[in-house]
Amino acid sequence: MTAVLHIARRELGSYLNSWWGWVILALILLFDGLAFNVYAVGFQPKYSSDVLEAFMEAGTVTVMIGGILLAMPTIAREHGAGTLALLQTAPVTEAQIIAGKYLGALGFLTIIKALTLYMPALVEINGKVSWSQIGAGYLGLFSLGAAVVAIGVFASTVSRNQVLAAVLGGSIVGLLILAWLVSRMSDPPLKSVFAYMALFDKHFQPFMRGRINTESLVYYASVSFGFLLLSTRALKARRWV
Amino acid sequence: MIEVRNLSRYYGSFCAVEEVSFSISDGEVVGFLGRNGAGKSTTLKVLAGLLTPSSGTVTIDGVDMTEAPTSFRSRIGWLPEDPPLYEDMTVVDFLRYVGGLRGMDAAAIEARLPEVLAKAQLQDRTDQLISELSHGYRKRVGIAQAIIHRPKLVILDEPISGLDPAQIRGMRAVIRALAEESTVLISSHNLPEVSATCDRVLVLKRGRLVAEPDGAPDPMAPTLGGLAGGPIVQHLSLTLRGDEAAVRKALDDSGLCKGYSLKAGDGLVLAYALLHADTPEALVSALVKAGVGVRRVEDGLANQLEDVFLDLTEDRK
Repeated sequence: MTAVLHIARRELGSYLNSWWGWVILALILLFDGLAFNVYAVGFQPKYSSDVLEAFMEAGTVTVMIGGILLAMPTIAREHGAGTLALLQTAPVTEAQIIAGKYLGALGFLTIIKALTLYMPALVEINGKVSWSQIGAGYLGLFSLGAAVVAIGVFASTVSRNQVLAAVLGGSIVGLLILAWLVSRMSDPPLKSVFAYMALFDKHFQPFMRGRINTESLVYYASVSFGFLLLSTRALKARRWV
Repeated sequence: MIEVRNLSRYYGSFCAVEEVSFSISDGEVVGFLGRNGAGKSTTLKVLAGLLTPSSGTVTIDGVDMTEAPTSFRSRIGWLPEDPPLYEDMTVVDFLRYVGGLRGMDAAAIEARLPEVLAKAQLQDRTDQLISELSHGYRKRVGIAQAIIHRPKLVILDEPISGLDPAQIRGMRAVIRALAEESTVLISSHNLPEVSATCDRVLVLKRGRLVAEPDGAPDPMAPTLGGLAGGPIVQHLSLTLRGDEAAVRKALDDSGLCKGYSLKAGDGLVLAYALLHADTPEALVSALVKAGVGVRRVEDGLANQLEDVFLDLTEDRK
């Protein structure tokens, strides 16, 4: 665990030491701010719960795009800079490397999203804040972020450069979102399979409305674990190439 | 003791390293020579734990790299040709990070840092960003990261490539300092450098070892004897102006030569002299006093090593 945290700290520091990390932070805060004012609050009177629901829905966009952009350099950048050899010749396992990288990227995304917490709190000025809805919404955003960052780390592990990693990661996320549409066009039993695979529709909507859905938590945890396992295997396979 | 037995490594169906075996005793500085594509880098990457061997075994003090990979890697320090450095970190922060990565606790790292910085001659660059360092200093940081955890074996891939003469001299001192606490394996194309820093050499040709000093006759041994201690010059290659007889007389009269060979032509005499001691200046002075024109003086050992290297690695028709 010490090695994992050691790598995670370094990963977190690399975002804070680079313009890239600060640009992503600024863009997410800017987009979430605009989404809160224009999309969530809007220009018509609304119930507080509707404002919060819309804000959480808009927040998924920055979580998914931000998650991919933060994860894309994790392994691909190390490969390009030749520093992956430093990790691979150290007495740490591939699982520790992947876990450290993952926690660093997810940690930075969590910090950025935590900085947006003041926005739903502002609803208190003209309405009534439901802290349970906010809590459930942010738990959903965190779970979604955990899955997307894991997908991004996998893409970064199998890609030779960061741009390819972003394209591949974005494509996987896109396909998992579109599973919702495919499920609508499919017949049972595939319908329920595709519906379960969908990254957003079935699994995230309960969180937006303030409900914590255990099945969705298990789904996001499974996606995260599955892609991290694949990343570990892919990194290990590099020793054979 | 580092033991490599029947090591082979394939890339698909291409065999990069085939049945290579050698052993290295503690504290030795061993050169690893071979032409491009000979399999040097692949062998070093396997020894560093970066690549898995297709077959064969590699052990350090009995720890097998495939049976106990993390334990094996904790005994290795590796500096590839392009040092793996995080440019956004300062020198000490980077070394602290690498120390932690190699399983050292904070107190052990802090205790070790001054020694490592001194060995790599980095004391005046500790808080500088790595992105601001020159190529020579980057190499030194690369060496510092390779030795911070006191590895049993330090592997240096082309440690002097891209360095200027002053940096090469500094690097030579650094490599000698490494040998005080670790076994050192150096891969290089620079033959004079290998002759100046290594106790013995291993030569690879098309993935096979063609000069293995353990047990088998070592064609390099005569050329490398006595060099571990420093740049002692006892072999001289001279280009002289004058007739052969005059040169022969001057060399005999000097009393400095253990032996020599001459080759005359076009008014020049090419001489290869083996001195009794490290006295090249005295020999040149004696030749000049005898009226022999001295046009060129070189360290004969470097040339001789080059000849041996080409002889071992060239295909004869």
